[in-house]
Amino acid sequence: MSEVIVVTSGKGGVGKTTTTANLGTGLAKLNKKVVLVDTDIGLRNLDVVLGLENRIVFNLVDVIEGNCKAAQAMIKDKKCDGLFLMPAAQTRDKDAVTPEQMKELVDELRKDFDYVILDCPAGIEQGFKNAVAAADRALIVTTPEVSAVRDADRIIGLLEANEIKNVRLIVNRLNIDMVKHGNMMTAQDVVDVLSIDLIGVVPYDEKIVVSTNTGTPIAGDNSTVGQSYMNICHRIMGEDVPFLDLEAKKGFFARLGELFK
Amino acid sequence: MKFMDFFKRKSTSNIAKERLKLVLVSDRATTSPEIMEKMKNDIIEVLSKYVEIDQDGLDIKITQVEAEGDDAAAGKTVPALYANIPIKSMKH
Repeated sequence: MSEVIVVTSGKGGVGKTTTTANLGTGLAKLNKKVVLVDTDIGLRNLDVVLGLENRIVFNLVDVIEGNCKAAQAMIKDKKCDGLFLMPAAQTRDKDAVTPEQMKELVDELRKDFDYVILDCPAGIEQGFKNAVAAADRALIVTTPEVSAVRDADRIIGLLEANEIKNVRLIVNRLNIDMVKHGNMMTAQDVVDVLSIDLIGVVPYDEKIVVSTNTGTPIAGDNSTVGQSYMNICHRIMGEDVPFLDLEAKKGFFARLGELFK
Repeated sequence: MKFMDFFKRKSTSNIAKERLKLVLVSDRATTSPEIMEKMKNDIIEVLSKYVEIDQDGLDIKITQVEAEGDDAAAGKTVPALYANIPIKSMKH
């Protein structure tokens, strides 16, 4: 049974595209057949994060307008068998696609893949509406910052209105040192505020920058970040995986505080 | 609680959490005109059993009012439903 998952956030720059690339890589490493669809028409980036920017011939808009077949626009990943990319058009506008057309395209992809993952653009306009219309479930990416969590809350409301019931949260770029010093909200803080279920916490790591520099996702390597992406993949597949112990050990006063609560 | 607040003050993550909660209260209250409309219609329906109300003059909104009790000292606000419902006549 195939599933269509939209990766969304509301706010830009929180790591949607990086998350999409790594989850796709992780699921492919778990022997799933995955296609990543870049729905950010006009501002495509998923190709760069995957290191496939030199191989693009056709794109999503070409498929929708009937200039080529879906199979012609899909690019096979360099390293992972079973991972494909459907790139967005760079020189077109977001209005080039309607929600109905997106749904139609995704339903075609559904036949050949275990997972269709839609990388949603930032914002709540046409691009967001297109991606959401085609999705069965959603992953919301946020960072532990007021602005990002606020936007995530708005997105949760909009997903509810679109009748997407399976919505899970990824807390991205958690800086463990800052949490230790009480200068960053914990994943639990974010969950408390948004009151949706967590599917994973990805710690901040400079390795991510290195991996996007070279266009090689790191899901599944032996780093903590790579492991946390892999754990999310297992949870997407419905497995029950314990959360990595990322949360810093609490300071003396915080512990004392809990005794008094 | 006051005792613990002394320690909590220092952490900016708690400040973030408090600010976030406040922002979301007003976001959640103001971003659903459909729900406000539904609520308004339900209020009209219930009240109409007992009184005749001027539906055009009816005004409901969610506003922030100053909290009472302990929170008042901290200058906190809480959401409140403000309703102005003109009554034309009482039904008996």
